[in-house]
Amino acid sequence: MNLFRNVVFIAAIAGLVAGVILACMQAYATVPLILKAEVYEQAGGGHKHDHAAAPAAADTTAMSTAAPAGNAMSTAAPAPAEVTAPAKDEGWAPADGFERFAFSVLANIVTGIGFALILVAVSEFAGGIGNWRQGVFWGLAGFAVFTLAPGLGLPPELPAMPAADLLPRQIWWWATVAATAAGLGLIAFRKSLPLAILAVALIVAPHIVGAPQPDSFETAIPEGLHHQFVVAVTVTNLVFWLVLGAVVGVVRGRFTGTATSLRDSFA
Amino acid sequence: MNTASVSLGASVSSQSRFMQLALAAFLGIFVMGFVGFSHIDAVHNAAHDYRHSMAFPCH
Repeated sequence: MNLFRNVVFIAAIAGLVAGVILACMQAYATVPLILKAEVYEQAGGGHKHDHAAAPAAADTTAMSTAAPAGNAMSTAAPAPAEVTAPAKDEGWAPADGFERFAFSVLANIVTGIGFALILVAVSEFAGGIGNWRQGVFWGLAGFAVFTLAPGLGLPPELPAMPAADLLPRQIWWWATVAATAAGLGLIAFRKSLPLAILAVALIVAPHIVGAPQPDSFETAIPEGLHHQFVVAVTVTNLVFWLVLGAVVGVVRGRFTGTATSLRDSFA
Repeated sequence: MNTASVSLGASVSSQSRFMQLALAAFLGIFVMGFVGFSHIDAVHNAAHDYRHSMAFPCH
């Protein structure tokens, strides 16, 4: 399991570095927007209900959700009953402030290592990331696969924004990631026109099927706030992926001692 | 480490190589799937800001 150990080691370092950087960027760029949106969420008493029915319950809900430390997030259950359900029904949640920030950092690092494991393993099949520059290109691919493609159908959403049921969206998200990755792989590593056409079809297909959309897009969130959030999420993820790829290239280069050309590994 | 080989663990057989890389990839998918996509409330709440910031389907 020598290879496995090396992959995990490289992924751990790259995921740690990129995850910490992403957490810092989020603290300045995205989390303040989420907190702003939660003010609307609490004022509206949730985000997955009929807004026309909200005003009556809004006052009491705002009172009951603003006081406790919980995030006042609702679960996937579309039941209108959640409008009056206090946040404590949603299980444990980190306290606002440092604890909440600490768990975000932890999530960033853990999933950063997860993304890095996928990136390193997949790139090893193609010959490995030889240096930081190749890593940047692999990072661009990761950004396209995990952020751009799913983000077209399911744009980054703020709390209190309407959305379709959770599970269909998650399935569409994973299917889009898989199809986009397969398409990019075919374009990059197969010198064949028919396969390139198939690749384009794979990349386009999820968007023809279409992501699950909510019945109504009506939301209390100002459009400007949401647009700001979409830009912040996209740019922070771009930097994350570029850093992740570059660090993998640097660390792996130390392992192997030599930098191989990505072109040599093309099939 | 500074031998002629330029790939990690080049000495292992191709079948073992495939299995180890596949294992690493699945471990990565499992980790990010658990943190980013688990329906367990506590996990969702702990990673809430992260999920929104990554544009993962949330709520």
